Amino acid sequence: MKNEFEVGLSDRKAVYILFPQSIPNKATIDKREERPCKAACMYACPINTNVLGYVKLIAQGKYKEAYQMNRDINPLPSACGRVCYAPCEKNCNRGQLEDPIAIRELKMFVADQVNIDELPIPQITKTGKKVAVIGAGPGGLAAANDLALKGHDVTIFEAQPEAGGMLRYAIPEYRLPKKILEQEINYIKRLGVEIKTGVEVGKDIALANIRKDCQAIFIGVGAPGGMKLEGEGADQPGVTDGIKFLQAVNLGRKVEIGKKVAVVGGGNTAIDCARTVKRLGAEEVRLVYRRTRAEMPAAAEEIEAMEKEGIKTDYLTLPKRFFSKNGTLSEMECIKMQLGEPDASGRRRPVPIAGSEFKVSVDTVIAALGQVTQVEFLKEMGVNLAKNGTVPIDPNTGVTNIEGIFAGGDVVTGAAYVIDAISAGKKAAISIDRYLKGDPIEVLREDKKPEKLDEKEVAVLKQRFPSENRVHMKELPVAERVTNFKEVALGFSPEQAVKEAIRCLAGQIEGCIECEECKRRCEALAVDYTQKEEKVEINVGSIILSPGYQVYDATGKPEFGYGRFPNVIGALEFERILSASGPFGGHVVRPSDHKEPKRIAFIQCIGSRDHERDYCSSFCCMFATKEAIIAKEHLGKDLQCDIFFMDMRAFSKGFDEYYERAKQLGINYIRSRPASIEEVPGSRNLTVKYLIEDDKKASREYDMVILSIGTQPPKEADRIAKIFGIELNEHHFCKTSPFHPVESKRSGIYLAGAFTQPKDIPETVMEASGAASKVLSLLKEARGSLIVKEDFPEERNVLGEEPRVGVFVCNCGSNIAGFVNVPEIAEYAKTLPNVVYVGNNLYTCSNDTQDNIKEKIKEHNLNRVVVSACTPRTHEPLFRNTVRKAGLNPYLFEMANIRDQCSWVHMNEREKGTQKAKDLVRMAVAKARLLEPLEMMTVPVNKAALVIGSGLSGMTSALELADQGFEVYLVEKEKELGGYLKQIHYLIDGTKTNNELKSLAARVKENKNIHLFTQAKIEKVDGFIGNFKTKITMNGTSKEFEHGTVIVATGSKEYKPKEYLYGADERVLTQLELEQKLAQGGGLAKGVKNVVMIQCVGSRDEERPYCSRLCCNEAVKNALKIKELSPETNVYVLYRDVRTYGFKESYYTQARQKGIVFIRYEKDQKPEVVKTKNGLKVNVFDQTLGIPVTMNSDLVVLSAGVVPNEDNKTIGQYLKVPLNKDGFFLEAHMKLRPIDFATDGVFLAGMAHFPKAVEESIAQSQAASSRAATVLSKDSIELEGIISKVVDANCDGCAFCIDPCPYRGITLIEYMSKDAIKKTVEVNEVLCKGCGTCMATCPKKGIFVGGFKLEQISAQVNAALGVEA
Amino acid sequence: MNDNFEPLIIGFCCNWCAYSGADLAGVSRLQYPTSLRIIRVMCSGMVHPNLVIDALQKGVDGVLVGG
Repeated sequence: MKNEFEVGLSDRKAVYILFPQSIPNKATIDKREERPCKAACMYACPINTNVLGYVKLIAQGKYKEAYQMNRDINPLPSACGRVCYAPCEKNCNRGQLEDPIAIRELKMFVADQVNIDELPIPQITKTGKKVAVIGAGPGGLAAANDLALKGHDVTIFEAQPEAGGMLRYAIPEYRLPKKILEQEINYIKRLGVEIKTGVEVGKDIALANIRKDCQAIFIGVGAPGGMKLEGEGADQPGVTDGIKFLQAVNLGRKVEIGKKVAVVGGGNTAIDCARTVKRLGAEEVRLVYRRTRAEMPAAAEEIEAMEKEGIKTDYLTLPKRFFSKNGTLSEMECIKMQLGEPDASGRRRPVPIAGSEFKVSVDTVIAALGQVTQVEFLKEMGVNLAKNGTVPIDPNTGVTNIEGIFAGGDVVTGAAYVIDAISAGKKAAISIDRYLKGDPIEVLREDKKPEKLDEKEVAVLKQRFPSENRVHMKELPVAERVTNFKEVALGFSPEQAVKEAIRCLAGQIEGCIECEECKRRCEALAVDYTQKEEKVEINVGSIILSPGYQVYDATGKPEFGYGRFPNVIGALEFERILSASGPFGGHVVRPSDHKEPKRIAFIQCIGSRDHERDYCSSFCCMFATKEAIIAKEHLGKDLQCDIFFMDMRAFSKGFDEYYERAKQLGINYIRSRPASIEEVPGSRNLTVKYLIEDDKKASREYDMVILSIGTQPPKEADRIAKIFGIELNEHHFCKTSPFHPVESKRSGIYLAGAFTQPKDIPETVMEASGAASKVLSLLKEARGSLIVKEDFPEERNVLGEEPRVGVFVCNCGSNIAGFVNVPEIAEYAKTLPNVVYVGNNLYTCSNDTQDNIKEKIKEHNLNRVVVSACTPRTHEPLFRNTVRKAGLNPYLFEMANIRDQCSWVHMNEREKGTQKAKDLVRMAVAKARLLEPLEMMTVPVNKAALVIGSGLSGMTSALELADQGFEVYLVEKEKELGGYLKQIHYLIDGTKTNNELKSLAARVKENKNIHLFTQAKIEKVDGFIGNFKTKITMNGTSKEFEHGTVIVATGSKEYKPKEYLYGADERVLTQLELEQKLAQGGGLAKGVKNVVMIQCVGSRDEERPYCSRLCCNEAVKNALKIKELSPETNVYVLYRDVRTYGFKESYYTQARQKGIVFIRYEKDQKPEVVKTKNGLKVNVFDQTLGIPVTMNSDLVVLSAGVVPNEDNKTIGQYLKVPLNKDGFFLEAHMKLRPIDFATDGVFLAGMAHFPKAVEESIAQSQAASSRAATVLSKDSIELEGIISKVVDANCDGCAFCIDPCPYRGITLIEYMSKDAIKKTVEVNEVLCKGCGTCMATCPKKGIFVGGFKLEQISAQVNAALGVEA
Repeated sequence: MNDNFEPLIIGFCCNWCAYSGADLAGVSRLQYPTSLRIIRVMCSGMVHPNLVIDALQKGVDGVLVGG
C-alpha cells in the first residue's frame, strides 16, 4: 500500500506505524473493506497455516518471506507442499466460484525457492530442560522443532535407520524426494535437536531410563504395522504387506516382485504401492478394491495419476483365496461385491454376491489395507492403551494418563495424514513447554471451523471477480516417469505461481486481508479483530475545529507534468526525500533512477494565486527556500537550485534574513512564472519553459523539478460546515472576521489552524491556544471538574538503610529479548552488590508489571529500583510514579537504557550487545545505590496576571483572563488605551476599527477583575512563576502588587522616515497619515491626480533587515480607498515584492483590476523623490519593463515600516527575557512556542513579538491568556526535584558559579557565623533548572545537582570500567 | 595497536540533545559498535572536568561529551 506519510514515495504494509516519532507510537491496522472470502483455507488446515498471507506474498513476488511464513508454523513445508492432502484447497472459497487456488502447489513453489541449508538459525535462549521424543516421523519432528525453538534440549529416538517416519518409508521417491526431506530434517537438527536413529525404545533402551533423564516425553511412534490380509493361503511368501513393501523399496533393499502384481486396498498407500510396482518393472499391475471409485479413500489426484500410468482397478472385488504352484503364488480367487447399507464409517458396506467367484493369475499380492500401532513398550510405564492399540489422550493438550508423557499423531488416531501428525506434535509441544515452565497446561483454543460462502455471496463475487482458470503445474510425462523414481511434480514457474496466487480472493482487496498473522505474533495480545466501529455520544460545552488543509491536486495543471513525469514532484514529497527517516534514508535522489540530481528547479504558486484560487498559500516561498538550502547541505554547494517565483513572500519574523542567506548560499531566484515543463526523452530530465522579465522566451534543463503546491480547504469542508452549522467563505475555508479570528459564526464553536486561512506554524499554534482561551472563558464554571487527582501514600524514610536494589529487566516483547540475552542479563544482575531482587518481564511498562513492581517493592522491602528497559526520556515519569505509589521517593529510581541504546543499535552482535547491556545494568545499579530522596518543592500560585501594554493585544489579553475569572493588573504608559490601532480607521475588508476599539476599552474599564493603571511606569519586577511582585509609579506615586504571570504586550510603532523628503515637504506622507486624511479628512484634496506610494521605507534595508509585514496590505487598502473616493486619481505603487499573503491576495488582484499600477524596483536602485517647481517628481527604474520611469506626483505616500517599542529593552531586563537583534521580544521557539518565553510564567502577545495584522494580534493575545491560565488555574506548582543544592560547609563564597548560571538563579550571600562573616551562595529553587553548570565550575564541591552528584556520576564511570571507587 | 583493539568509550550525553540523539539512533535502527557507554546528564554543562580526567586516569580509552 502507498505510504501516505512518505507522500506515496514508498510502500507500507496494512499494519504500520505512521512514522518513527509519531504520537502515540503505536501500530495501526488499515482495513479498507471486508475480505471477500471466509478464509476457509486457513481454518481447514489443522495447523491454521496462514494461507492468505503467504499466497499474498507470492503474488507480490516475495517468495522468501512466503516461505518463512510457512516455516514459522510448519517445520516441513517442502514435504507438505508435495504430499499434503490439502484440506485448504477442498475448502477454498474461490473453489465455490470455480477451481480452488492451487494452495499446495504454491507451498511447494515457495519451498523450492529457498535453499534450506543456507537458512539462518534464529537465536535461541536455552532453558536447560530436556525432552525426549520417541519417533522421528512428522509428529515427532514437529514437536521437536517447536520445543527446540523454545530453548529446550530435545533428543529424538528413532527405531529406523533414518529419520522421517512415514514420509521417508511410506511415501515413494517420485512423490517426495528423499533429498528434500533430508534438508528439512537437517534444519531441525541445526536447531539443536539430536536424532538417535536405529534405537528402538523398549528393545534398545527402556522408556523408564529415558524418563529418568528427561523432564518430558512425547510419543510419536505412528502406526507402522500393516493390517493382515485374511483368507486361505494369505500367509504364503508371495503375499506381502504394503507398508513393509514400501519401506523396503525406500530403504533401497532389493525387492522381489513378480510379473503380475495385484495390490489390494483403496487408500493412498495402496496407490503408492501400485505405482511403485509399476516403476519396478511389473508387466501387469492391478488394484483390487472392494468398493467403487467413489468410496476410495485415496486422493482423487493420486487415483488419476495412477490411471494415467496405465494401472487398472478391479472395483467391487475382494480376494478370498490364494493358490500356489511349485511353492510360489500363482492365482488368487476373488469374489464380486455389491454395495449394501452404510456402515459405521458412513460408506456403503460391500456385500459379496454369492457365486460370483473368479480366478486371477498373479505372482505377487501386496495388501495395503490399513495400519496398526506397535506400542508394547509403553506398557512398562503404565501408559493406557485403547483396544485398537492407540494411545488415548486429551485431544487439546496431548496429555496421556502418565504425568510428563504426551502423545500425538497416528499412535493416537490410527493412520491419518501428515498434517494431522504435525498438528498433534505442535499441540503437544505447547503443552510440554507449559508443563516444563510450571504453567497450567490447559489452554483455551479457538478452533474455528471453515465456513462456506452462501449462494448470494457466490453470485455477488462471481460478478465482481471474473473467472480465472487455475494454473496447472507441469508434470513429468507418463512415458518418462513409469520407468524410474524421478519426481513427477515439476512445480510452478515464478510466472505461473504469481498468476495463480493473484487468483486468491482475499488478496484482491487493498488493506488488511485479516490473515491474522499479526494477532498470532503479537506477544502482548494487543490485536483484537473483533473491534467494531462504535457510535459514541459525548456531551461537551464547546468545540474546537482544526481540520487543517489539503494539498492542491497538481494534476489539475497538466502543463507541469505532475503525476506524468516521475521527476516532477511536490514540495511535500521533496521534504520526505530530504528527511533522514524518509523513503531513501536521507539520500537525496530523484524518483526515476534514484540518481543524485545536479540541477533542481522549484516552481512556486502551483495552485495558488491563480484565477480559481485567488489567495496566497503563505508558506510556500519559505518552504522552497528551506528545501533548497537543505538540498545544498545534502548534495554540496555545486548543486544548482533555481527558484521560479513571482513575489518572494518572506513576511514573518526572521524570514527575510533567511531569504538573504539563501541567496548568499548560491540559490538562484528567477522572477518568472513558468509556462510549462517538458520531459527530455531518454534522460527523463525536464525542460522548464518560461518568460524572462522583458517577455523573452527562455528555457532551462533540470534533473528534477519541485512544485510548490498550494493549499486548499479540506476535502470535507462542506460536510464539516453542514454538520457543525458553521459558515464557509468564498474560498470554502471557514469564515471568520478580523476581530474574532478564532470564532466561527456559531457560538461555542471555535477554530484553529489552516481551516480558516492558509498559514504558517506559529500562527497556527497561536490560534490553537487562542481557541483554548475562548473555551476557558465559556466553560470557566466547569474548570477542573473532569480531573482525577492521584493520591500517593506517605513516603517511606529510607535514610540510613542499607541499599536494597530491585532490578526489573524488560524483554520489550522481542525488541530487547530478540537481540540480547535477557535471562543472562537478569542472572547477572543478581550478582551485583545490594541487589536483592531481579525480575524479568515481557513488558515492564504494562499495567500488570507496574502492579508487580509495587508488590515486589513491598515484598522485598526494596529501597532503590532499577528498570532495565528503554529510554528514561519517555518512561522514567511512569516508573517514578510507580515507585511513588509504593511509598518510595520517586527519585530512588534509575533506568538502564538497554533498548534504544543497546539492543536496537547492536542487532547483529548478540554477545557483545549482551555484554554491553550487563555493563549498563551494572552502571545503573552503581548509581542507584547512591541515590538519595529528593524533595519536590511546591510553590503557591498567586492567581493574578500583569499585562504590560493596553493596545489591542494588551486589552484582549486582559479581557480574556478577566473573563476566565482571574484578576488582571493592566499597566499602560500612555494616557489612553488603544496603542497602534488608534491610528487605524478601517481594515482592508471595510471593518471600522474605531467602534471595535471603543467597545474594547469600555469593557476593560468596566470589568471588575481588571485593575487599570494608565500613565504608569514599571519600576521593578521581582520573583518567578506563580510569585511575581511588581512595582509601578504613576504621577509620582508608586504601587506594588503580586501576581503569578506576566503578559508582555508592549506593541510597536510606525517608523518615522528620514528618506524621500519626508518632513521636508508636506506632500510626502506615511501610510498612517494618508489613512487619517482619507478617513477623517473626507478624502483627498481636489486636484490630486497622481499618488505614488513607495514600499519598504525603513524595512528590508541594512538598518532594519526585516519585512514589516503590514505595509503591502496597508498600501493596497489605501490605494483601493483612493480609487473608491476618487476613481480618476492615478495610483502608482513602487514595490520590491508584493506580500499580500493569504486571502489579502484577492485585494491585490482587485487593485490591479481597478487600474492601480504596480512598478517594481530593486533594493540597490531605489526610487528618487525630487521637488520641482511644478510639484513632486518620482524617478524609478521599472525592473519589469527595464526602463527608467518618471512620474509627476501630487502626493507621495511612504509605506513606513514598523519599529519595536523602545521600552522593550528595559522591560526585557526586568523580566529576564531576551530581545532579538531587531529589538522585538524573542519567544521560546520560533515555530512551536511563539507565545512563551524561555522564562516560565512570562508570555508574549501582539506587535511586541513582531508586526502583525489585527486578527493575528488578537489570536496571539488570546493565546497568551490561555497560556497564562495554565499557570493561574493551579493552586500550586510542583517543581522538579533535580536542582542544585549548596553544601554550605564546602562553599567559600568564591562566586565562580554565579555568572555561568544561565538562569541567574544563584546569589552570593553573607551571614554571621561564629562571630565571623561567612560567605556562601544561595540557589533560587524555582529558577534553577538543574543544568549543573554551577557544579562543573565549583572547585570545592560546594554545590551539586540532586540525582546527578559527582559521586553518583563517578560511580557510573567506575562501574563502566569495572573498577572499584 | 592490533586490529582487534576495541576501545571503551564513556559518553556524557545531555538529556535534551545528545542523549535524545542516541535514542533516535535506536529508533532508526542505526547500527554502531558496542564500545560506547553513555552516562546521562541533564546538561553537558554539569560534566565536571574532574569526571573526564578521572575516567581517563582509570583507563577509559576515550571520553565523549555530547551536548
